[in-house]
Amino acid sequence: MSLSYLLEQTLNGVTLGGLYALLALGYTLVYGILLMINFAHSELFMLGGYVGLGVLKLLSDPATVKATGLGFLEPIQAFFMSGTVGFVALLVATFGISAIVVGILGMVIERFAYRPLRHAPRLAPLISAIGVSIFLQNAVLLWIDSKQLPYTRADGSAFVTAQTAFTIGTVHVSTMQVFIVVTSLVLLALLDTFVSKTRIGRAMRATSQDGEAAGLMGVNINSVIALAFFIGPALGAVAGVFNGMYYGSVKFNMGFVPGIKSFTAAVIGGIGNLRGAMLGGFLLGIIESLASGFVSNAYRDVIAFVVLILVLIFRPGGLLGEAVAEKV
Amino acid sequence: MSNTVLSVENVHTFYGQIEALKGISLYVDSGEIVTLIGANGAGKSTTLNTISGLLSPKAGSIKLFDEVISGLPVHKVTAKGVVQVPEGRRIFPRMTVEENLNMGAFLRNKDAAGIKESMGRVFDLFPRLKERRTQKGGTLSGGEQQMLAMGRGIMAKPKLLMLDEPSMGLAPVVVETIFETIEKLNQEGTTILLVEQNAAMALSVAHRGYVLEVGSIALEGLGTELLHNEQVRKTYLGES
Repeated sequence: MSLSYLLEQTLNGVTLGGLYALLALGYTLVYGILLMINFAHSELFMLGGYVGLGVLKLLSDPATVKATGLGFLEPIQAFFMSGTVGFVALLVATFGISAIVVGILGMVIERFAYRPLRHAPRLAPLISAIGVSIFLQNAVLLWIDSKQLPYTRADGSAFVTAQTAFTIGTVHVSTMQVFIVVTSLVLLALLDTFVSKTRIGRAMRATSQDGEAAGLMGVNINSVIALAFFIGPALGAVAGVFNGMYYGSVKFNMGFVPGIKSFTAAVIGGIGNLRGAMLGGFLLGIIESLASGFVSNAYRDVIAFVVLILVLIFRPGGLLGEAVAEKV
Repeated sequence: MSNTVLSVENVHTFYGQIEALKGISLYVDSGEIVTLIGANGAGKSTTLNTISGLLSPKAGSIKLFDEVISGLPVHKVTAKGVVQVPEGRRIFPRMTVEENLNMGAFLRNKDAAGIKESMGRVFDLFPRLKERRTQKGGTLSGGEQQMLAMGRGIMAKPKLLMLDEPSMGLAPVVVETIFETIEKLNQEGTTILLVEQNAAMALSVAHRGYVLEVGSIALEGLGTELLHNEQVRKTYLGES
């Protein structure tokens, strides 16, 4: 039990926490506005991983060009595979396209699976969400592959090679970890600023506090909800691409466990509270890593959910959640 | 152009199968305070909610000046200048007083100078809000919340300001402040449609009034007329 081992596990935890935080925001954003748990969110995370893989293959895997006959991609690939500028552009394109595609899909799902049920009993959209989740999983299973796909080019080389960025004592910090942590922190900060400082962000908060009153202020509630259903899934897609790169593969059912964990993170932080979701994500990631490092890997999930239960017992509203008095 | 700001003609509104408004007609002229009084469940709030677009009428028409606004969604009605201060205040509890007021001016996003001016005006009307400008809405007292709700309405620069039960649940002293402010706003040129249970207070500030009974208009007249009407005195002013 050396200090460097502790440091290593914490670092792994922070990395995992970044993923959880990105994913947890999607749950909390939607819950905050519609009081609904979007069970399809974990599938949007999964799809993010697949879209990202597709983009990476099209933009930087020569074998894909040969196999698909999309010859016009060759010069584009040459650009993306040359030097640092190309590499950065490749990453931006991958994350950007995946986020936009999945974000739009999130809006489509809201429009057709949830909006018609807006005034139905609260159970109805929940069931609809489970339906969407099952549909998306099976669509990928059927139309793409039932096996896991490696997050590499056809020749087996990784798109982003795992290098050691720097070392602290004897602890090696990989570029991937730095990349994940920095990107998630930047995205979280951007979202936080957007929601707390801008006019549209203020409209989102108003809608989550009292939708009808926000409508009376001239806020178009449907647009605000659609925006929440773009931002949440877009962040989830970024997490999905990270997940694929970090663990090296994607699979149709890869969303399930991270989905439940991030939902747990959102509840620990106080569901509906954005900063709570971020805090909960990092906390859960760190606790899980430490648990698997110092107790037993088999018990990591047990410990994660024990934390959830403890939080629910002692602070039912979550760490940053406010105790809301029941309205009469 | 006529100086009728709002005209409601033969409006029917349903909650499912229940007909809550059974053909209501009323109008509000520019510069007036018009009040709508009536018992619980008479349809006062339903009338306001139908005008503001929270509810959509099954029949009849609602016009702002000469433009039909019935059937528009609530945010579009607000954009036209019909602003409702809802029953029960409905301020945003986890936003500061200042943020709440800014939300009132949500649609005036290109008019930073005008927003600042309006905020100054709200703070002149309600100095208490200025003291509490950085405080969260949910921590204010009931009276302060009502002031904030009205301030939020003023921030929208309404062509018609609709107030739903502004005196509800407030101490008599505060009710007086609220009604003084309503009169002051009106003298400064705001057209007001006021829904109240406190019929005596409402009729004393209103130019004209309508009495609602189970979804229909039972009586209408000048404020002072209604105030001295025997039936009104018996039913709504608690005299025997």
